[in-house]
Amino acid sequence: MNNCVTHTAPEPVFDQPWHAQVFAVTVALNEAGRFAWSDWAARFADTLKRNGIARDLDGGDDYFQAWLETLEDLLADQGAAPPQDVKALHRAWEDAYLTTPHGQPVHLR
Amino acid sequence: MPHDDHDHPHALLPPEPALRVKALETILTRKGLIDPAALDEIIDTYQNKIGPQNGARVVAKAWSDPAFKAALLEDATPVVADLGYYGRQGEHMVVVENTPAQHNMVVCTLCSCYPWPLLGIPPGWYKSDAYRARAVREPRKVLAEFGVTLPEGTSVRVWDSTAEIRYLVLPMRPEGTDGMSEDELASLVTRDSMIGTGFPRVAS
Repeated sequence: MNNCVTHTAPEPVFDQPWHAQVFAVTVALNEAGRFAWSDWAARFADTLKRNGIARDLDGGDDYFQAWLETLEDLLADQGAAPPQDVKALHRAWEDAYLTTPHGQPVHLR
Repeated sequence: MPHDDHDHPHALLPPEPALRVKALETILTRKGLIDPAALDEIIDTYQNKIGPQNGARVVAKAWSDPAFKAALLEDATPVVADLGYYGRQGEHMVVVENTPAQHNMVVCTLCSCYPWPLLGIPPGWYKSDAYRARAVREPRKVLAEFGVTLPEGTSVRVWDSTAEIRYLVLPMRPEGTDGMSEDELASLVTRDSMIGTGFPRVAS
């Protein structure tokens, strides 16, 4: 058999770098025993259901938005990442990007 | 927004959710709850190492080896673990066989449960509300949209994955593949054929 089978180009596993990051953070926390995957799935299903009321989710960016929301809520409930800390670091990162010259690595200060 | 402007005075600002993820990562790393190197390893694994090629090897082996197939259908988890496919989201895997009488398709109506060790991370459509809601309600219509039409006498069975049980469809071996090696057979097995929304490629 020759190798003429036409393969369609593989879709990227993660469309956006942050999709991969939030996925990896969640998997790492699960593996470290911070929560059971069944608990994660139940919470995530609730978020998807809630977010899907207003409009149909397409399974792309909106899927990972729901994922991130679920993780933020879970870590807030556990006290591992209180919302005010998350907000402060969100601002700190934003500030770091806006004040770092283009092309330079971005670090929190 | 001229985001690719090379004269941009400051670093390109990532989208809002990306900054929220960075905030979480920073907090969790500082508390010692996650290790950034471990995150890179996880991403590399799912981007480059684990994917439908794993499930395709299992299917090709089942097509070639009746004893393997019997064991696989009986209790898939230890059988695929012997091939090195185990771990996250593969704690309990069930293989369902397509026959002329029954076509199987897999969905997760609640979220996106999927046999990661065999298929990797699910495609966007598997995670969409449209597929999750309709696969159970009108499976034949959904299948038709994937280009899958079944003979009238073939029933459709839809399997709803959960965080505990992940399903893999064993498609029927295509005609004209007698004498093919497992490698050749594996190249015919598509991801969608193992979810039940497609058929294997036709042998060339």
